[in-house]
Amino acid sequence: MIKAVPKPLEEVLGQVKDFTKVLIVGCDGCVTVCEAGGMKEAKVLASALRLYFTQAGKQAQIDETSLTRQCEKEYLAQLSDKMDIYDAVVSLACGCGVQYMAEMYNNKIIYPGVDTCFLGVNEERGLYVERCQACGRCILAETGGICPIARCSKRMLNGPCGGSDAGKCEINKDIPCGWELIYERLKTLGQLDRFEKPVDPKDWSTSRDGGPRTIVREDLRI
Amino acid sequence: MRLQYPPNVRIIEVPCTGKVDIMHLLMAFEYGADGVIVVGCLEGDCHYSAGNLYAKKRVNRVKEILDKVGVGGERLAMYNLSSGMGGRFAEIVREITEKIMELGPSPIRVATGKATGPIAEVTT
Repeated sequence: MIKAVPKPLEEVLGQVKDFTKVLIVGCDGCVTVCEAGGMKEAKVLASALRLYFTQAGKQAQIDETSLTRQCEKEYLAQLSDKMDIYDAVVSLACGCGVQYMAEMYNNKIIYPGVDTCFLGVNEERGLYVERCQACGRCILAETGGICPIARCSKRMLNGPCGGSDAGKCEINKDIPCGWELIYERLKTLGQLDRFEKPVDPKDWSTSRDGGPRTIVREDLRI
Repeated sequence: MRLQYPPNVRIIEVPCTGKVDIMHLLMAFEYGADGVIVVGCLEGDCHYSAGNLYAKKRVNRVKEILDKVGVGGERLAMYNLSSGMGGRFAEIVREITEKIMELGPSPIRVATGKATGPIAEVTT
């Protein structure tokens, strides 16, 4: 899932301090799971903004709501009748949600309330770790279910490199060497022969090198 | 024990400080509380294992928020007491009331023109 962290409060305050009617919009999708941008976080941010405006002696209307997902028009449309009331909107969705809202409400000032970080897993509450870089061509079948693109700091396809030291990566001793993990896993699976044939260069045209990407599924389109 | 402590505190009972949410604390200040203290069990003594430790983290987060929005994190505090420490509880309430009196009314009450007398809120 997409992982994000809340933006520092002072950054959001700096953006909205000159407005008098602000709507905070949470997203009930990915950012709710990592506790960065759901209804709860929308309530906390709205309360903090109300306290800020009130102590500054400024009359302001700060409201909060949350949508099922901000990456779908149908849910964003639920805001259409109330959008005109507000001077600015703080979206707590990931970068996709913020942009889609800005596209849909073209004349409204939309601020991001979170910093979108990566595609990752919840190792435990409050500990999120990157697992996928959405390169567009999954090679997990060949690498024992461990992605060298996401887990190797150099994104090597034929690792490990000389910087692998006792199972750790040379860039940081807290980061496991992705290729050490792949080796151990392939050993467990009895597939170490995978290391005998070098992997061809990866086709990066499905990744960001091809510019912004689009998926067209004719079988699903109406 | 018939311990005396200032009458301008409102006690809100919860089953465990683990129940105290960030929004409970923020709303207390939005409603105009001059100060709030959260009183939980001694660390390591929580009947629900770690409720008081969760509360401690939430209190620290709200203190940060209060500092950033100009209300002042010093208006919020957490204490850890056992149920047998009534004397210390009364003493803390006296101390915190005195501190809040020194700080003056919350900027929220001043701004909304409701600053008539201090209210300190206590959550146990």
